[in-house]
Formats: sequence, structure tokens, C-alpha cells
Amino acid sequence: MSWPFIIFVILYWLGSVGLIVWSIFSPFFSVYVVPFMLGVLFLLFFSIVKYWRWIHSFDKLQRAIIRKNIWSWRFLPAIWEAFREGLLHWRITKKNVLLGYMHRSLAFGWFLLIVVGAVQARLAFPDGHPFWVAIFFNYFENDHDLTAFKHAVLFANLMDALLLYVLSGLFLAMFKKVWSRPMGMKRTTRHTLMDRVAKFALWCIFPLRLLSEAATSSLFGNGGFLVNWLGDILASIGLANEAFEYTCWTLYSVALGTFFSLMPFSRYMHIFTEVFLIYFRNLGVRDSDKKTGYTMFELSACSRCGICIDGCPMNKELGIVNMQGVYMLQSIRNLELQKNAEPIAENCLMCDRCVADCPVNLDLSIIRRQVRINNKKAIDSKGGYGYLRNVQPFNSIGRVAYFGGCMSHLTPGITKSMETIFNAVGQKYWYMDRDETICCGRPLLQQGFENQAFELRRKNTEMIVNSKATMLITSCPICYQSFKKEYKLSIPVMHHTEYINMLIESGRLKVRKDDRKVTYHDPCELGRGCGIYDEPRDVLKATTTLLKTSEEREHSLCCGFNLGNPQLDIEQQTLIRNAARDNLLKPNPDLIATACPMCKKAFMRADNVPVKDVAEIVAENIIK
Amino acid sequence: MNKFGFTISQGRQLNFDEMKTDKVEKLLELVPSYKFCIGCGGCTAACSAAGYTDYNIRKIHTSFFRAQYDGLDEQLKRCMLCGKCLLVCPRGVNTRSLIINMRRLLANVQPNTFVRKGAEQ
Repeated sequence: MSWPFIIFVILYWLGSVGLIVWSIFSPFFSVYVVPFMLGVLFLLFFSIVKYWRWIHSFDKLQRAIIRKNIWSWRFLPAIWEAFREGLLHWRITKKNVLLGYMHRSLAFGWFLLIVVGAVQARLAFPDGHPFWVAIFFNYFENDHDLTAFKHAVLFANLMDALLLYVLSGLFLAMFKKVWSRPMGMKRTTRHTLMDRVAKFALWCIFPLRLLSEAATSSLFGNGGFLVNWLGDILASIGLANEAFEYTCWTLYSVALGTFFSLMPFSRYMHIFTEVFLIYFRNLGVRDSDKKTGYTMFELSACSRCGICIDGCPMNKELGIVNMQGVYMLQSIRNLELQKNAEPIAENCLMCDRCVADCPVNLDLSIIRRQVRINNKKAIDSKGGYGYLRNVQPFNSIGRVAYFGGCMSHLTPGITKSMETIFNAVGQKYWYMDRDETICCGRPLLQQGFENQAFELRRKNTEMIVNSKATMLITSCPICYQSFKKEYKLSIPVMHHTEYINMLIESGRLKVRKDDRKVTYHDPCELGRGCGIYDEPRDVLKATTTLLKTSEEREHSLCCGFNLGNPQLDIEQQTLIRNAARDNLLKPNPDLIATACPMCKKAFMRADNVPVKDVAEIVAENIIK
Repeated sequence: MNKFGFTISQGRQLNFDEMKTDKVEKLLELVPSYKFCIGCGGCTAACSAAGYTDYNIRKIHTSFFRAQYDGLDEQLKRCMLCGKCLLVCPRGVNTRSLIINMRRLLANVQPNTFVRKGAEQ
């Protein structure tokens, strides 16, 4: 029993007793509103306590960022994004119009029902009214005909139209349960029991609302076009009586109360949490390597929509459907499923495809890494790399440092081409790892060996700083992302495609265009990892004819040989590779181009696939 | 002594009755490709860490397979997990998984189970 829990219980009971006493003495009291009120109170207090605890467990850096930016104008884009994503569901609409409509009608429709309902209640009872009157408006506003207040008919019809809008979304949601293909989803999430019960409560709310209003309308005729129509039907089958009306309103209140009480334990907590998450993200807060309060916001903001499942290469090629982002977050959040979190987190390519697809923009790979780091604590040793010796401090003033990366040692074509290019433009360079290579540390970090990765980073940083080189160029996207994001280097870091593009654009390097047709494979770490999509394409356009493929840029397919998942065996990796290869060969190119030694190696292993790195293609086409 | 180019070494005979093969069996279960290894040494030749030290992944594989676990943990700490061994292996042995799982087994940590097709669903 922690103290926030005790405070929560005390507040909840005090609040409930107070509210019930207040409502009994209110002229607008009816017993059936009690379940609704208990639900609302529970949700309110529970969320306040939860959010309070999470905000207090932000780490130092995250707090510093919040403190720095809280008085800036960054809340304005946050409000806009919260409106666009929380209510209009813009990112989902971009994925599939029907799916977007479904989410929008439920979220935005319900939101409008609440807002318009509040305005309506305000107009009808100008002397003030307790908050539940707006929710159960038709019941309390039944002794008037529709001339009771200004625009009463208009409001009644407007509310009916909004209810119809929500019901249309609900219909689509039920349809999606049966057949999700037209909504652009091949697979949907397997939900926990709690989620299903909450969903059932949610699905009951709107039909019950319609039925209750119709029951009141059958007695008083106070609804809009939809409610009155259903009310007439009810009257015609003899249900126009107060007992039926009361039953309906009670059921409606119970459905609302159930939904609100289950919300904190189900996926529907994302409705409120997403707003907070968007706010913090706009302030500049990012996830760290440890589980913090911000991670808790991310876990709760996942709506478990399951969009991450369809794109995942593990699902598409291997049929593994229990390790995607949605299940990982679910198992971290759910106490019963926590034993699954570690195996799920370990079994992932870390290709970031789900991160690109996620409509909430959750940083799934970092959360995954957090679990892995936690999982490797027992074997993450310090001091294992005492054997690494410094390469003779090479005085590189005025030179660029070139870091081939471990994998480039297995694809000497790439490093040779880079040397050719350096020589062609007369650039003096220092080939850091020509003979002995120290890994950049990212493969270790991806597996969760935080301390060991730090040791390697320190060694490499020392070497680079001592050399006084002016720029660091690397051929491997894994190293590139590491140098860019995890190292704190003061010199610019470039991937060789960026560097070559700069040389060509500035006219230092003259290239000719040959008649080969190529397709370009976006390496995961370079594209989705670092956002480098255009530079390699520009280089290829300058040297060859670039063809388009169907899955490009952030939707590119992983080559499968990614170091993220050590559990896959070679047959499984090959299956993933083949899918990417087939997609690249579809436009019938002469050559597949890529910018990663790992991807190149993966495609080279397939039969009869001519594959070359961007640097190699450029080196062949230099005009001397 | 070393000047003569030979030393008197301890007997290297394996005593099958005393071998504790539980870890080997567990490893074979976790990384089935372990048994495909033909000991060609390609992994060791490509190894980044081997460029600096006498870290020898082939030797470690063999010692582990013979249940001679002494000192392996210290050796395995030197691995940088860069994955070159994986790419050069002609038999498709999942060397990175082997290294991580060996370390887990040697440290007596419960190793992760494989999550196979639709398992636990």
C-alpha cells in the first residue's frame, strides 16, 4: 500500500459521499445517475493520482527540459496537434480514410455531443444545473414541449445528428471486428479481457442513449428527428411507460459508469493520456534509456489499434504475431502479462517500421531497448575491453576522419570506392579503422549492453577528439546513427551518401550519368533511423536512372540481416530478405543500390542479384 | 621453459562421466544452429576483438561444447557483438545469439525462450 493509493481511496470515498449528499438535495436528482457519477469520480481521482505520480518520476533531463520550455509558445502547436490527433485522428485518416472516419466519428462525435449538450443544458436551465443534467438532458427536460428555450428544436435535431454520426462510427467498428480488410488492416490486436469488457461497455453507451431518449420521447415527444422516430415506434409497440423509460436511463448510466471505471485499466486510457503525451513531446521531452514517468505516459497513450502489426516484417514474412509494439506495451503495462515482456522485447529486428507507422508516434524502439537493458543487467559487465589500445594519435588537422565500420571490412568494395572518391577530390583523409576496428557500440546498445557500449563509445570518442579531425564520415548507417545520436561529438558527422551528395552539388566531384537503371533500398538505420532519404537518391539520380519501388522511404522493407534480432536463424532472415529483394526487383532494374554494408551483404547472398553500394556506383562514374 | 617450444601440459582427456552437459544441452535447445558448426574458424578470422587480443570464438565454442566452462565468461566479455562472425559463417550458425546465451548460461541467468511462430498465442 503506497501513499498515493491511500490518498486515492480517501479522496474517492470522500468525493463519492459528498457528491451523493449534494445530488440528493439537488432538485435534479434521480437515483439512476449514481453509477455514472461513481464512474466519473473514480476516473477523475484515479487519473489525477496516476498522472501526478508519473510526472514526479520524470528523470533529471526531462524535468530540466520541461522547466526550460514550460513558459514558451510550444503549447500552441501542442494544442493543435492534440486536436488534430486526439479528435480528428489525422494520421490514421492518412493511412485509411474509412478507419480514420471510424475513429473520428467516435472521438470527435462524442466530444461534440458533450460540448453541444453542455450548451443546450446551459440554455435550458439558465439558473444553473448540476453537471449530470447535460448528460441525461432529455430526461430532465421532459416537462416542456420544444418551445421551452430558444433554438430548442434546432438543438434537439443537432444532438440527434451528432448521435447518428457517433452511431455510424460504432457500426463501422462492429463491421471492422468481422471484416477489417476494407479498413486497411489485415490483422487486428488480440485484446485482454479488461479491454474487451471496456469495449463492450463503450459499444453499449450510444445505442442505450438513443433508446433512453426515445423512451422519454415516446412519453413527451421531446427529441429530434431520430429520437422521435424511434419514440413513435416504441409507443406503437406499447412501451411508452415510465418504468421502461427509467430502466433505459439506468442501463445507460450503468454503461457509462462501467466504462469510466474500467478506463484506467484498459486501453481507453489513451484518450486522455495522448493529450498529455503530445504536450510533453512538444515541450521537447524525449524518452531516456531508463523507464521514467514519460515512458508510463507512452505506455498508456498506446490505443492498441494494432496498426504496428501489419507493417512488421516479422508478421509479414514469418507469421510471428505476438511480439509487435502493441503487445510489448500491453505486456509491460499489464501486471499479469509482465512475464512476457522480456521475450517479446528480445524478438524484434529493431527496423523501426512500427515507429514510422504508429499513429501516436510512440518511440517503440527505445521502450524496447529499455526492457532489453533491464534484461541484460546481470551480464552487462564493465572492464571487458581493457585490451583495446589506442591507435597512434594521428594528427589529422585539416583532414576528415573516415570510419568504415565493422561491416565495411567484409565489403571492401565500399571502402575502396570511398578512398577513390577522397583521392579524386583531393581530400586528405584519415582512415580510422583501416587495420583494427573498434565497434561503434550500437550493436551492443541495441541488445541492452549499456555499460559495454559506453566503454566502446568512450574509446572511439577519445580517438576522434585526439586526432583533431574536422569531420567524421562513416560508411555504415549503424555507426552513423550511433555517432549522430549517442556520441556527443563536436565535429559534424556525415554518412558517405551525404558527403558524396555534398561533393557533387558543390561541383568538387564530377560524375557522368550511365545508362543503368537502379532501384534504391533504404537501409532501416539510415532512413527511418536518421531521416536520410533524399541524399542517396540525389546521388543516384546524378549517376544512373533511378526507378521507383512500391515500398519506399519510411515504408521500406528491412533486409532481415539487421543486428537488432539475434534470435532469428538464417532461414528466417532469408525469408525477410527475399521479400525486400522481390520488391526491389519488381521494376526490373539492372542493379540494386543500397547505402549500408549490411544490406549489401544481405542481398549479395541471394542468387543473381546485382547489388552495389552508392559509393561504388559513384566511384565507377567519376570524370577525371 | 617456453624457449624450448614445448611444455609439459596436463592431460586433456575428457571424462564423460563427470561432464556437466546441462548448459550445453540448454544452449543447443536455445540456438539449434550451434550443432552445425564445423569449426572452420571463419568467425575468429573475421573477429574485430581478435585483432587486438587472443579472443578466439572458435575455441570458446569448442570448449563450451566440451563443457569446459572455466574462464569462458571472462573471455566472452571481450566480444563487441558487431556481427561480422555471423556474416562470414558458411554454416549459418547464429553466433551472436550463441554468445549472448552462453553469457547468460555462464552467469546462471534464466535465458530467454525463443518466441517462435505463433507461440504462446
